[in-house]
Amino acid sequence: MQELTNMIREVARDLLKQKSVDLIIGFAQGTMPLCSTPCFVRQDDEVDRLIWDSFCENNLAKYLVKRSNKIAIVAKGCDTRAVVELIKENQISRDQIVIIGIPCQGMVDRRLVESALNGKEIQEAEEMNGELIIKGKIFEKVLNRDEFLCLSCKTCTHRNPVIYDILVGDPVTEIDTKPYLDVAKFEALTPEEQGEYFSREFAKCIRCYACRNACPLCYCQECFVDSSKPQWIGKTTNASDTAIFHIMRAFHLAGRCVECGACERACPMGVDIRKLNRKLSKDVKERFDYEAGLSLEQVAPLSTFQPDDSEDFMLHP
Amino acid sequence: MMAESKDWQPKIVAFLCNWCSYAGADLAGISRIQYPTNVRVIRVPCSGRINPFFILASLQHGIDGVLISGCHPGECHYLTGNYSARRKFALLKSLLEYTGLEEGRIQFSWISASEGVKFAKVIAEVTEKIKTLGPAKKLVKNPS
Repeated sequence: MQELTNMIREVARDLLKQKSVDLIIGFAQGTMPLCSTPCFVRQDDEVDRLIWDSFCENNLAKYLVKRSNKIAIVAKGCDTRAVVELIKENQISRDQIVIIGIPCQGMVDRRLVESALNGKEIQEAEEMNGELIIKGKIFEKVLNRDEFLCLSCKTCTHRNPVIYDILVGDPVTEIDTKPYLDVAKFEALTPEEQGEYFSREFAKCIRCYACRNACPLCYCQECFVDSSKPQWIGKTTNASDTAIFHIMRAFHLAGRCVECGACERACPMGVDIRKLNRKLSKDVKERFDYEAGLSLEQVAPLSTFQPDDSEDFMLHP
Repeated sequence: MMAESKDWQPKIVAFLCNWCSYAGADLAGISRIQYPTNVRVIRVPCSGRINPFFILASLQHGIDGVLISGCHPGECHYLTGNYSARRKFALLKSLLEYTGLEEGRIQFSWISASEGVKFAKVIAEVTEKIKTLGPAKKLVKNPS
């Protein structure tokens, strides 16, 4: 990891010195252990703030929208997929950004580590050869990092950057995940069981919209939840309004969600937000043979059509 | 509950496109074809005009079933509106059913301006289906 950190700093320093970019978006050490934080570097004497470790979980593509200067972005597989979608949706132009691609080994979920320690306070965390060394006041624990990966990293199919200008580090082997096995399992349940599961999940929601704010592809000037003319849904935690908020939030990402899991990690209440997004990703893949963020050329599935699209969902009297 | 009494009748909203399905309904009317009176028609410019929120808002306000109908593929007045709608609603229906909405609560069909008979048949079929499903409970806001 230290090697990658050094390489990122070197690349960043060169880019700023040559004035090929005005801004570098990367990660810096956070104020708490197990928590790296997004960082914006503009001067070449600041590049030593940049780091790379197993806690760089945020999707930095979020910070690309509405910028006019030239930017370099440190990007994992999922970040690059979000960048591809943003380019396709004309939120940023390709020649405006330099993508520093980093093959990703999966990021560690802080909450999983915390729950493995039964609430003991973590004061320091180090990583070495695939192990996390967690230190507190009166304890030290060694954990296998691969057991504590974020849920989205466990189902990730594109750990390597799909698009980049500079690649830092060696490509990693993609994990052979059974695609959408979880979705297929849930589809097999009865409507009652499905409804019950989602009512339970949605009941936790406090409508803080952290999921929306963390999502790299939620950039509408006026979100449907904020709109008052028309007011599509109520603003309270009424069960029906909350359910419709979640359904429509997911639906607005149909064929666009890159499954970075930023929504779920941002959620303070632990709502299973990805469940809806993954269902849509599966449907989009099966129906329209499209995966978000993999190609700059392929047209977004809901911006196009085929005359012979399947009508299996329709009534044919 | 009153809603589940024997003479309960479902409330169904039909979003019909102006150019085909609405004209189809009109033809059914002037041809004096009988069909169930459970349906409330809302005329929209095109099936592509229908925002998923229309469907969700209907369910939220106590509608028991929603029918969406537009021109047959290739016959859209705006050339491709119904093709876009088809992709959109394939995903929406699947997503809603994934969250536990009963299969058949929302229905989609193509009805042309000359298909008055088909319009009556579709309405009869949808009404029958919603009757077997009973009153909608999912997504209803402030159920009585």
